[in-house]
Amino acid sequence: MVDLLEKHRAIADRFQRMIDMGVNALGVTNDQMISPTRAMVNGREIILAGTNNYMGITFDERCIAAGQKALTEFGTGTTGSRIANGSFALHTELEKEIAKFLNMKHCIVFTTGYQANLGMLSGLAGPKDTIYLDADSHSSIYDGCTLSGAKLVRFRHNDAADLDKRMARDENKEGGKLVVLEGIYSMIGDRAPLSDFVALKKKHDFQLLVDDAHSFGVLGPNGRGLADEAGLEDEVDFVIGTFSKSVGAIGGFGAGNHPLFNTLRYAMRPYMFTASASPASVATSIEALKILAAEPERRQRLWDNSARLFNGFRELGLETGSDIVSPVIAVKMPDELTTIAKWNALFEAGVYVNMAVPPGTPNRLCLLRCSVSAAHSFEEIDGIIAVFKEVVAS
Amino acid sequence: MTDIIAVICKLLAPYNPEHKTLNAETDIPAELNIDSVGVLDFIMEVEDHFDIEIPMNVVSDTRTIGDLATYVQSQLNKA
Repeated sequence: MVDLLEKHRAIADRFQRMIDMGVNALGVTNDQMISPTRAMVNGREIILAGTNNYMGITFDERCIAAGQKALTEFGTGTTGSRIANGSFALHTELEKEIAKFLNMKHCIVFTTGYQANLGMLSGLAGPKDTIYLDADSHSSIYDGCTLSGAKLVRFRHNDAADLDKRMARDENKEGGKLVVLEGIYSMIGDRAPLSDFVALKKKHDFQLLVDDAHSFGVLGPNGRGLADEAGLEDEVDFVIGTFSKSVGAIGGFGAGNHPLFNTLRYAMRPYMFTASASPASVATSIEALKILAAEPERRQRLWDNSARLFNGFRELGLETGSDIVSPVIAVKMPDELTTIAKWNALFEAGVYVNMAVPPGTPNRLCLLRCSVSAAHSFEEIDGIIAVFKEVVAS
Repeated sequence: MTDIIAVICKLLAPYNPEHKTLNAETDIPAELNIDSVGVLDFIMEVEDHFDIEIPMNVVSDTRTIGDLATYVQSQLNKA
């Protein structure tokens, strides 16, 4: 008998090496959440600097009340798919709210952000089509592309000239072409130069999709994401987003203006063959969207905090993954063992960040990845910088 | 084919820090211990060197240097 799990032996050995050096960076359990920026872990209070909770909205009283009301009125779960018994009035209300927020005609809500990428990419592209994806795309984009059965071509990260070159090599003259970008890239926090890619649309005649998972609510004068910031909303055909970051819940969405957009509901397996999002999560998302629209000062606070942390790290001489201020700030480490050791030291000193190592990172980088929240106080930001000074920069 | 294999071996150098002996039978990800992203990065180098397209869908079917050389040759023949 071939032991099916034996192929994962190398992963087990690598994981054990990390465990032997301290705690499990990939399995930290928050015993109690004190606030959007603080948690109790093993009896110690930790500053959270790696939660993607950009708007710090998870403890907003209005969102909590909306969730509690939904629990009372709609129950704990939907027990079914959107195309069976699992469509509640809350789901359609959320879809309308997102479409309104984005100023787009149509929106489809998914149970998770991961499923939004799986569903949208596999629904939009098929075996006769070609998807061009940025080399640094999130794994959910890779998986959605694979599920589509389309021909998949990678282009170099944020390099429109490279995409131009690869599209010129294309032999597929019949199928459609979809170019996939991200607003803010999750690992190092840089963002796609949208105008460069839009400039290629006329030349190569493709449809453009932007995954705003990390930029929805964050970028642009209205918080609509990358296209809002670039003033190019009319040029983006499809937008994907998640509720597990700025919206502080769980779920995802796809949006667009195409007249056949809603037909995707009957063509996306990750939408059709899973239970719909829970009523409480949908209700808190609806409330959070209203708050994001009504309180732009949260976005300003996020950027002020991001600049403070970014500049603090730079003053310490730390090398960051990106040269621009972003709510995602990744500090480069020389190798995996150093990353593990520094992560442990940060955690011992009371700061949680994400440990990011290959193959989950671009260019085989080892990173101590921070994400900033609007809910961080300046004192907390300064505290994070002080711990990095003591632990990482020394 | 020999020329193509030689180029592929040269392009693999940055992914072969232990300087393992490379030949047509070398299983690229397994023997060189290159992770999934590393393999895709290497394939981009091959694409650019030969100015051809190697879709990601093909990569999983081209384990060895010989497999890859055969695919490269087939693409060059189309040109």
